[in-house]
Amino acid sequence: MSKELIRLRDLCMAFDDELVLDHLNLYINDKEFLTLLGPSGCGKTTTLRIIGGFTTPTSGDVLFDGVRINDVPPYQRQINTVFQKYALFPNMNVFENVAFGLRMKRVPDPADPSGKRTVKLSETEIKRQVLEMLETVSLLGFEHRKPDALSGGQQQRVAIARALVNRPKVLLLDEPLGALDLKLRKDMQIELKKIQQQVGITFIYVTHDQEEALTMSDTIVVMDKGSIQQIGTPEDIYNEPKNAFVADFIGESNIIDGMMLEDNLVKLYGKTFPCVDGGFAPNEPVDVVVRPEDIDIVPVEQGQIVGTVTNVTFKGMQYDIIVDFRGFKWLIQTTDHSPVGAKIGVKIDPEGFHIMKKSAYSGKFGDYSSYSEEYDELSDAEALDEEEDSPEGGGHEE
Amino acid sequence: MRNKGLAMPYVAWMAIFVVAPLILVLIYAFHNGSSFTLENFRAMGTYAAVFGRSFLLAAIATLICILIGYPVAWFLAREGPGLRRIATIVIMLPMWMNFLLQTYSWMSILENTGLLNTLFQKIGLIALVNGLFGTDFTYFPMINTRGAIVLGMVYNYLPFMILPIFTVIEKIDPRLIEAAQDLGASSAVVFRRLIFPLSVPGILSGVTMVFVPSVATFAISRLLGGGMVTLLGDLIETQFLGGSYNPYLGSAISLVMMAIVLISMAVMNRFGEGEEEAMLL
Repeated sequence: MSKELIRLRDLCMAFDDELVLDHLNLYINDKEFLTLLGPSGCGKTTTLRIIGGFTTPTSGDVLFDGVRINDVPPYQRQINTVFQKYALFPNMNVFENVAFGLRMKRVPDPADPSGKRTVKLSETEIKRQVLEMLETVSLLGFEHRKPDALSGGQQQRVAIARALVNRPKVLLLDEPLGALDLKLRKDMQIELKKIQQQVGITFIYVTHDQEEALTMSDTIVVMDKGSIQQIGTPEDIYNEPKNAFVADFIGESNIIDGMMLEDNLVKLYGKTFPCVDGGFAPNEPVDVVVRPEDIDIVPVEQGQIVGTVTNVTFKGMQYDIIVDFRGFKWLIQTTDHSPVGAKIGVKIDPEGFHIMKKSAYSGKFGDYSSYSEEYDELSDAEALDEEEDSPEGGGHEE
Repeated sequence: MRNKGLAMPYVAWMAIFVVAPLILVLIYAFHNGSSFTLENFRAMGTYAAVFGRSFLLAAIATLICILIGYPVAWFLAREGPGLRRIATIVIMLPMWMNFLLQTYSWMSILENTGLLNTLFQKIGLIALVNGLFGTDFTYFPMINTRGAIVLGMVYNYLPFMILPIFTVIEKIDPRLIEAAQDLGASSAVVFRRLIFPLSVPGILSGVTMVFVPSVATFAISRLLGGGMVTLLGDLIETQFLGGSYNPYLGSAISLVMMAIVLISMAVMNRFGEGEEEAMLL
């Protein structure tokens, strides 16, 4: 079993009276790939910066291996960071970038029997370690290039090598793939996961990209408004979202008001459906999640509910169909085409329903009546996130 | 095409007021009024001391500007926007005042019976120095010295050193500094290996903007040096306007001065490039 390495206890962070982290509690296991996932301003980057030692929390404790490290400066922590947009030193070549941390390092002097005297690493030792690390990230032969003569993916790998060469116990990654194009991002996701397994250390990864989080993580921490909404494996988070926020943020979800009549029986639209959830009070109002891919289109007479198709979008692998059920619009993903205006019936298996307790997020998500706008909003949110996280506009373009 | 047309007035302006005079200088330098000759350059040996002095004083002024300007630029770049705005105005303010006016003000401050000496007298500093060292000052000789000239140069050109350095430091991504600290670098190492190398381009443009006008200055040496210290600018001026009217020699001196300045700038930028491949600015 893996053991606990980092614990955040009752962490609060306020900037100018604005609470960015609200009593956060979290533990992180050794050798785990953990992702902090959430929209911009949810506090994920702040959490990462606190773990890295770049920000001191307003209150609460950061424990590393059981020791409180709130006031330990970044370089004394066994933690290194891969920064957003890499932050490679532009005046140094790849070799010097990677060697930077090693040159700062002091090790016990082998010539001193008491072991108290320390010396810098020898040039040959530095060279050996740098080249070994460059091999790990497949960048041998690029030692003498300056960062601006590298592609985005290569810069990314230099940043990882520069952090990993110090043999940290934890690597923090702040939206490291944000600046790469889609194809490269997918490749790097796999590569990052591979590197993590190869070096066998903890990765703490910050992203707003749910797909990225699902692909790479052992554990996902979904955050919003400075609080943790849910912690779990990717499967847990997707299949058993705790509230409407999580259900909406991870993948696509239709979220409908319902009522739990008794265990395994839920009522919506005045009809009862068998489901596989329980543990609610009799007649408790609930949020019901139905994933778009769990809905089958059937002839009207066989349908559990009947609605009208209002919009069809071809997505390559499937059609995104918007269906109006008594004024509430659902998203259905299917390989079968149904024309706009057609009356269709739908059928949902008991496993297709996921029942959640009511929360502050109830009624805010999961309606597709403004389907196209929702997509716009999504891309807007990403653009905003970029801006917020790099206030200086970041760059040496000139 | 249309864009090109819009640039025409400026091109014409440059041709008439910059390129044409340069060509004239070039011709005059190799002429003595009747025929082409090299005698202007042969005569220049006499003025070797003036050349030496000008470049030395300009170099000292430039060095002082770096020593004062760098910390100021650093401070400005790291400060919040409020204080930065005020500080920027204070730094720019002298630039908005006429250059001659500034220099005249320095005269009245540094004069034997000027502001500073009166103050020193009042607080008994002069008497104290006399008592301590057995000297016999009625005033400190500050005006009409090389020091006064360097002071004038520094005062006039300091903003031109601060601003480019400030621009470069301000552009350094704070994440670079965090990254270096994360890797174990102390503040001194961050400065030596990161911030200083990254600000070299700013220093270089600052040096260009201070050193070149300092070499060529003539009003400062005239007013604050009292004509006791002849610099290149004065020498050239007297060839064109003064008693020893000789525009041919004046042109030759100008040409040599320009050549030396251009060569030293080229060497310096070359050195800077080696340090800083493809950097800002």
